[in-house]
Order: sequence, then structure tokens, then C-alpha cells
Amino acid sequence: MAVLSYLEAIRETLRQELRRDSRIIIYGEDVGVRGGVFRVTEGLQKEFGEDRIIDSPLAEAAIVGTAIGAAINGLRPVPEIQFADFIFPAMNQIVQEAARIRYRSNGTFAVPIVIRAPYGGGVHGALYHSQSVEAFFAHVPGLKVVVPATPYDAKGLLAAAIQDEDPVLYFEHKAAYRSLKGEVPEERYLIPIGQADRKREGTDVSVITYGLMVSYALKAADELEKEGISVEVVDLRTVRPLDLSAIIETARKTGKVLIVHEDNLTGGIGGEVSALIAEHALFDLDAPIMRLAGPDVPAMPYSAPLEHAFMVTPEKIRDKARELAKF
Amino acid sequence: MPENSDLDAEQLRTMYYYMVLSRELDRRIWILNRQGKSAFVISGQGQEGVQVGAAMALDVKTDWLAPYYRDMAMVLAFGMSAREVMLGQLGKAADPSSGGRQMPSHFGHRAKRILTGSSPVTTQVVHAVGMAWAAKLKGDHAVVLTSLGEGSTNQGEFHEALNFASVQRVPVIVLVENNGYSISVPQSREMAIRDVAVRAQGYGMPGVVVQGSDPLAVYQVVAAARTKAITGGGPTLIEAKTHRFTAHSSDDDDRSYRSRQQLADEKKDDAVIRFQHWLITAQLWDDERERALKARVRHEVDDATEYALLAALPAAETMSDHVYGYPPA
Amino acid sequence: MSDNGLTPELMLDMYYHMALARAVDDRMWILNRQGRAPVVYTSNGHEAAQVGSAFALNRGEDWICPYYRDLALVLAYGMTPREVMLHLLGRADDPNSGGRQMPAHWGHAKLHILTGGSVVATQDVHAAGLALASKVLKDGRVSVAYFGEGSTSQGEFHEALNFAAVHKLPVIFFNENNGYAISVPARKQMVVQDVAARAQGYGMPGVIVDGNDPIKVYEVVKEAADRARRGEGPTLVEAKTYRFVPHSSDDDDRAYRSREEVAEAKKRDPLTLFEAYLKKAEILTDDKLKAMQQQIKDVVNDATEYAEKAALPDPATLTDHVYGSM
Ligand SMILES: Cc1ncc(C[n+]2csc(CCOP(=O)(O)OP(=O)(O)O)c2C)c(N)n1
Ligand SMILES: Cc1ncc(C[n+]2csc(CCOP(=O)(O)OP(=O)(O)O)c2C)c(N)n1
Ligand SMILES: [Mg+2]
Ligand SMILES: [Mg+2]
Repeated sequence: MAVLSYLEAIRETLRQELRRDSRIIIYGEDVGVRGGVFRVTEGLQKEFGEDRIIDSPLAEAAIVGTAIGAAINGLRPVPEIQFADFIFPAMNQIVQEAARIRYRSNGTFAVPIVIRAPYGGGVHGALYHSQSVEAFFAHVPGLKVVVPATPYDAKGLLAAAIQDEDPVLYFEHKAAYRSLKGEVPEERYLIPIGQADRKREGTDVSVITYGLMVSYALKAADELEKEGISVEVVDLRTVRPLDLSAIIETARKTGKVLIVHEDNLTGGIGGEVSALIAEHALFDLDAPIMRLAGPDVPAMPYSAPLEHAFMVTPEKIRDKARELAKF
Repeated sequence: MPENSDLDAEQLRTMYYYMVLSRELDRRIWILNRQGKSAFVISGQGQEGVQVGAAMALDVKTDWLAPYYRDMAMVLAFGMSAREVMLGQLGKAADPSSGGRQMPSHFGHRAKRILTGSSPVTTQVVHAVGMAWAAKLKGDHAVVLTSLGEGSTNQGEFHEALNFASVQRVPVIVLVENNGYSISVPQSREMAIRDVAVRAQGYGMPGVVVQGSDPLAVYQVVAAARTKAITGGGPTLIEAKTHRFTAHSSDDDDRSYRSRQQLADEKKDDAVIRFQHWLITAQLWDDERERALKARVRHEVDDATEYALLAALPAAETMSDHVYGYPPA
Repeated sequence: MSDNGLTPELMLDMYYHMALARAVDDRMWILNRQGRAPVVYTSNGHEAAQVGSAFALNRGEDWICPYYRDLALVLAYGMTPREVMLHLLGRADDPNSGGRQMPAHWGHAKLHILTGGSVVATQDVHAAGLALASKVLKDGRVSVAYFGEGSTSQGEFHEALNFAAVHKLPVIFFNENNGYAISVPARKQMVVQDVAARAQGYGMPGVIVDGNDPIKVYEVVKEAADRARRGEGPTLVEAKTYRFVPHSSDDDDRAYRSREEVAEAKKRDPLTLFEAYLKKAEILTDDKLKAMQQQIKDVVNDATEYAEKAALPDPATLTDHVYGSM
């Protein structure tokens, strides 16, 4: 099996999907000749032509809005927003239109699009090139929100998102692009949207997380293992829909849950996950649910000391999980 | 270049000084980037003529700037110091733009009347219109100049801002620095028109095209727009044709979408060189002055670099400052 | 008469749909005043612009992206009065939304009428996207976005026109300029006299047409559609018209325009003008008109009764159609 980076896994999946289904088009700012600012779509325009890999004008509402129209008229658009931080000009089209079109038309129209966007910090991107925006969208019924954690998952989830009949937001962590590598099968496979994955078995503490934080949690778990603390790591993989049974199962098993995300604490996914546990597994808990998340400041600052203070790191996860284990 | 302007010899030389200062500061920043001392560079090289010409047509004591990330020469000519630029470049605590919070080139300076800007393009244009509207309502004798790239004129907010500005006849000048590219996307893939200035017609405001390598021409159209704005004539859209001599940023490699030949051709229209020739022809400049200027600028760039390198980084504890003006209830 | 392909039969059919729309429209206001329909938005005054444009398209095949003002348009496009009334009264069988949306939020998948929300100008971008797909799929379809002049102040209008022009998409942007955005007159909305002037900023033609003349509208839209199908790109059409009624049943237009102004505008009622034209051309006779009026009356009565008797949606369906599958 080939070892691919997270970025390569995404690119090769796009290539495989483009070959499989001629209805797929990719467009966004700089995705064509330049192959995207992160090079995710590099080489795709050469192979599939300018009609399918399209450099769009600098206008996000148009990127998403035209994708909606193109999807309704029979294509499978996979638009790219250059940075998740720049998705907000398209908020109206995503939340008011894409998410509501099936419902408002009583099921007669659907919007099968996949909006890809790099998210996350720790790359000196400052306030506007570091954001985690998933919670805004996880709030909206009608949307699905996918945040893959490994190259393997990136492939299966992207193929599933493209196959899906509804609008899917697919967030790719910038720091994962080249740092995460893993085995990825050549053949096409789908990972169902809405299924969490236990990335590590453990008995003392459950860390529930998603995206880049999964690899950080695994690092923390390795370290704690040396201290005799057994950590289970559950990767949500999709933050809407949430996998209720997987969440409950791990909470019941260890009785101690730490929820981790890079996104700001308040109103983040952690609040929702802990509410589900409180509703369904309160009496199985041996300690209060804990959350470790980005602080409640508007976005990640640039200068190294400030950026570091913001970022959730393997060390911070380790310390918090230890604290919980000792509770 | 126009024969005459209301600028005296000293002002003309000052214009040249700012262009050279910006160019040299910019070059130094690239060196710092290569040395691993600065994570990110986004550059104004090639656009100095537009920026200095425009800034000099404003009144730094009353007017406002709402610039974008390429506008180093503009903010320098508007009063920001080389040290201040470097503090921002290196994310230091004393950076007047954001105290090290924002990426480099996100200029902003409360005391110098430069609005803080973000990375999502074109948001500043709407803000500038709002500021100009307030100026009009308050009866201030002031204009607001905002700038952006041509690619950014495709954003909905550009349209909303210009329409609003014209309906309310606010004293704003919208300066488009058209360098022909939006990162890798050439203008022909961004819009189906040659001149962004024609968009002004859709708002019933004047749209002017000017050669960006000619700072005096830019000065004149901006000065005229300012006079118009300040006398109640409303907004003007100015499009300066210019060039980006570098990649989009230090994270970009423009060789994949722009031939070296084309870049070499563009560099023939270098505002810094053209303006130097003009000054020489007008007998306002000579080798001796050039040497003195170079020395002065080198000193200033060295000083700014050393100063900023030694300056303190922000303390981690300040991360949560300034989320609100007062603690949330 | 120019050689525009409009036969007398087609023109009669046009007139029929304009008159039908006006009659449905009048009935809706009555239902509202009687407390049987909570809110109405209608096309009163816009019929020529809407019906003229519909007839210039391949009805039911080309895509239209209407807005709340477009009652006459959707009727001309093939939606039945029964379907319109089912929508007005929020019935389960409403093909537009199954009773989910406010009235006048059109959408009919079979007729290629795109579902629309309430947020103005969103459909402009959708039309460009539909046309992008048509260009890629080479399906020969044209897409048309309909919108008021007030809505051209939105950023999405700008993004849609620019996008369509860059990619030479087969799309028509059809503006129904009635001079008001609720209470705000066009002069406070924009400094330019004509919405069409904005076309130059995108490098596409901007055409102004008398929106009270269905034949002129038909001709202009036909030309724009032909142009689009030839691969020559989008057109912005501005139909100058007037809204004879308040913005909606929740509005009182006396607050912002004089009765004299409305009376003056009604002198150019598209229905009256077209009726006179057809009579002069001896296409419409008094007898035919009478028969048509009777037919319309019957159709409207039938639609009203049908919809009033139709079932309301089952509350159990509240959570249907959030996703296609989970
Ligand atoms: C809303 C938004 N979308 C995307 C980006 C990413 N981006 C940064 S600069 C840029 C190109 C801007 O081109 P132009 O406006 O022509 O300015 P230039 O850089 O050429 O001076 C893009 C796409 C952004 N900053 N904001
Ligand atoms: C984004 C948005 N803002 C405000 C409204 C409320 N609103 C509904 S219709 C309307 C006026 C629209 O005027 P115009 O586009 O001229 O269309 P007309 O009703 O005159 O046909 C307003 C402000 C809305 N629906 N969407
Ligand atoms: Mg540019
Ligand atoms: Mg109107």
C-alpha cells in the first residue's frame, strides 16, 4: 500500500473521483494553473482541462452560489474556498441556500456539493489564516461537516462526501497537509459520514476529538501510557452528524471524558458532545467531563508566543488527560 | 510624466525618497524571510508609484487611509515609520498595527489615521465608505482613501460599497491597484473587461484610469478626486495600472503562471526608475543626491531592522487582552 | 409587426396568462383580506414583463430562477392556478414547498423553476451556476434570474454578473425595475437611472425594455436567449415597469407614494395596453375576450376551492427532507 501525505491523499482522491465521474468539476481561486495555494489540485487542470478545473474570480459567494446552481443542473461541483477564514462572504449561500434548499422545496431540489477548505492554525497564519470554523456550520441542519484526521480517512470521507446527496463541508487541516502520512489503498472506498472511529483503545480516560487534534491526542496517549495511564482516543470524523453511539460507548467504558478541539471553547463541538454524554451517560461517569479547546479570543494571533499560547498541543492534551485520570 | 504639478522640488524629492525607502525596506524584508527571521512576506514592489503618488495627495492631518496588504509605500508616505513597519513585520509587542497579532503588512495605525485591516479582501472598502459617511455627517473637512487589488473588485462588498458611496455622496476615493493578477489568476480570468474603472459607470461616479508607474499622474488624479470629494462632489474610482514584481507572497512561486520574459517586460515599467529619470531630466536630481539618498535609506533600513529584531515579543499572557473593551458580563 | 415568431395564437395565449395572473392576483388579495391567506406578494403591474419573458424561453425546459414578485411568470411557465393556490394556502400538495415556505416562494422541479428563498439576489448566483452546468453538459439550456432593482445593490448581483461574463455563460439577468424596493425609491437605491448601465462594468450588453409591452420584452429576451445559446454569454435586461399594489399585504404604500402617482402609472397598465393592441390587430374580439374572462373566472374559482379543501401538511413531516440520507 502506498504511503501518502494527507495532502496527497486528498489530491489522489480528487483525481480518482474526477476520472470516475465526469460530472465532477472543481473550482475556486487559483485551483487551476497554480494548482491551489497549497498545491492540493496541482496537475488536475492538465489532466482534466479548463472546463472541469476552473480558476474562479475572487468572489466566494459566487463560488458557492454557482456551485449550488451547477449541482441542481446535474453537475457534482467540488468548490474550494482558499482558506476556511474566507468562507464567510459565502455564509449566506451556504447557510441560507445550500442547507435549506432540500427542506424548503419539500425534497424536490437537492444540493450535492462538497465545499473543501483548509482550516486550522499553528502555521503563522494569524487571525485570518488559522481559523477553525466548523462549529458555525455544525449548528445548521441540512449541512454535513467532515473533518478528517488521517490520510486514510481523508480519502474515504472525501469520496463519501462527493457521493453524498447533500451539501458537505470538508475541512482539511493545513498543518496536517504535509506532516501527516499514512497508508492509503489505491482502490476507491467510502467511509460513511456520521461514523466515529476509535483510533486507540484505552481504559482510563477517553479523549474525544477530530481533525489534526486526533494525531496530537495519540501522541499524548503514547506518553501517558509510559506513566501507566491508558487513554482511548475517539475520532469523531464528522462533527455533523455526530456519532451518538460511539460517544456514549466510550464514555460508559472509561467513565472519564476529555473533549479536545482547536476551535474556540464556547459554543464549540465540545459543548454538544458533553451535552450528549450528560443526557445519555451521566451516571456512568466517574469524573466531570472536561474540555480542552482554543481560548475564547476572536482568532489566533500571529506572533510566536501568542500563537503558541493559543494552540492546543500534545503536551496540553497530555497534562489535561493526566489531570482527568487522577481525578 | 506631466510637466507641472503643484508639488515643489522638495516635495518631488520626498516622493522619490518614499518610493526608494519602501523598495529597500521591502527587499530587506525578503532577506529576513530567507534568513528564517520573518515567517511571511507580502510585497509592494512595483506598486510604489501608485502608493506614494496617492498618499502625497492627501492631508495626513485630516484624511484617513484604509489600505491593503501591498501598501507599504503608501503607509510610509502617510507617516508610518520604517521602524514601525519592521515591528509589524517581525510580530513584536510594539507593532502599532496589531501588537504582533496580525500577519505582516496588515497595516493599521490609530494615531496616524490608518484603519486596521484584515485579510479577507475588500472589507476595508465598505469601512472606508462608512468612515467617509461619518466625516460628511460630522462636517469634517476630510476624505478617506481606500485601496485594493483588481481581483478584489469582484467581491460583492466592492459593489455594495461603491453603490452606497455614490448614493450618499460620501468623500471617499477608491483606488484600485491593478497589477494584472489575483495571485495566479490573470485579469482575463477575473473579469471580462479591460478597465476596472468602467465599473464606476454602474454607480454614476467618475472612473479614472492612470498609469501607476507615474507617481505625478497618480498624484494629480487623487488630488482632483480629493478636491471633488471634499467639496461635496462624492466618490471617485481610480484605477492605477501597475505591476507586482514579486510572487504574490513568500508562500507563492509565480513561475508556474508568469513567464520570466513577461516579468522582465513588466520591470521595464518600474516607477522607481522612471521617476528617477524624470527628476534628473527636470534637473532636480543628480548622482550626488542619489548617493546621499541611498546612504540615508540604507541607514534607515538597517536601523529599523536592528531596532525591530531587538524589540520584545508580546508576552503570552497578553493573548486574551482586547477581546472586549471591558470584561464581558 | 416585426418578424419575431409570435403568431396570433401565441399572442392570445400571452394575453390569457397575463389576465389569468391578474385574476389570481386579485383573488389572493381578497383571500388575504378575508383572513384566509396570511400574506401575499403579487405581480400586479409586472405581468407584461414576466409573461413576455417566459414566452421567449423554452418553457419548462430552460431554467428560471424567480423571486417573490413572479406570479405571472410561473403561471406562464406552466404552474397551474391550483398549484399556486395550494402554495398560497400552505397545503401538503404545494409543489413549491409542501407548505414550508411563505407564499410566493416559487420552485417547481419538473418545470425547471428553481426554488427560491427570501434573501434577495441569492438566485442571481444560482442562475449563473445552472448556466455553468449547461455549458459543461452542453444541454442547450438557458437560465434566467429575475430580481427587482433594489436587489441589484446586493453583492451577489455583482458576483453573479462578473462570474457569468468571465465564463460566457448562457444566462440572462432579468431585472424588473418597478422603481421601489418596498418604500425606498430607486433614486435612493442607486445613482444611475438605469440598472442596465451596470452591465458595462462586467463586459456584457445591458438592454432596457418597456416592461409594460409583452411583445417588446419577448423580443429582447428572445435575442438574449439566442445569444446565450450561441455561446456569446450573458445579457442584463432591464424591464421598466411599476407595481400597482403595495409591496405585500403587510405593506401600506400610501406612506411612501401618492395616489396620483399610482393612478398615473395605471394609465399604462400592461393588461389594458395589450388588450387594446390585440383588438386593434383584430386578434382579440369582444366575444373571445368574454369567453376568456369566463374561463379565467372558472379556473380561479376552481383553484381556490381545490386548495381550500386540500389537506394541510401532517406535523409528522416537520423533520422530513433535512437530508436525502443520513
Ligand atoms: C475573501 C478572500 N478570499 C480569498 C483571499 C485569498 N487572497 C488573498 S490575496 C488574493 C488575491 C488578491 O488579488 P488582487 O485583489 O488583485 O490584489 P493583489 O494581491 O494582486 O494586489 C487572494 C485570492 C482573501 N484574502 N480574502
Ligand atoms: C437580503 C435581504 N434583505 C432584505 C430583505 C427584505 N426585503 C424583501 S423585498 C425587499 C425589497 C426588494 O425590492 P426590489 O428588489 O426592487 O424588488 P420589488 O419588490 O420591487 O419587485 C426587501 C428590502 C430581503 N428579503 N432580503
Ligand atoms: Mg492584483
Ligand atoms: Mg423594485
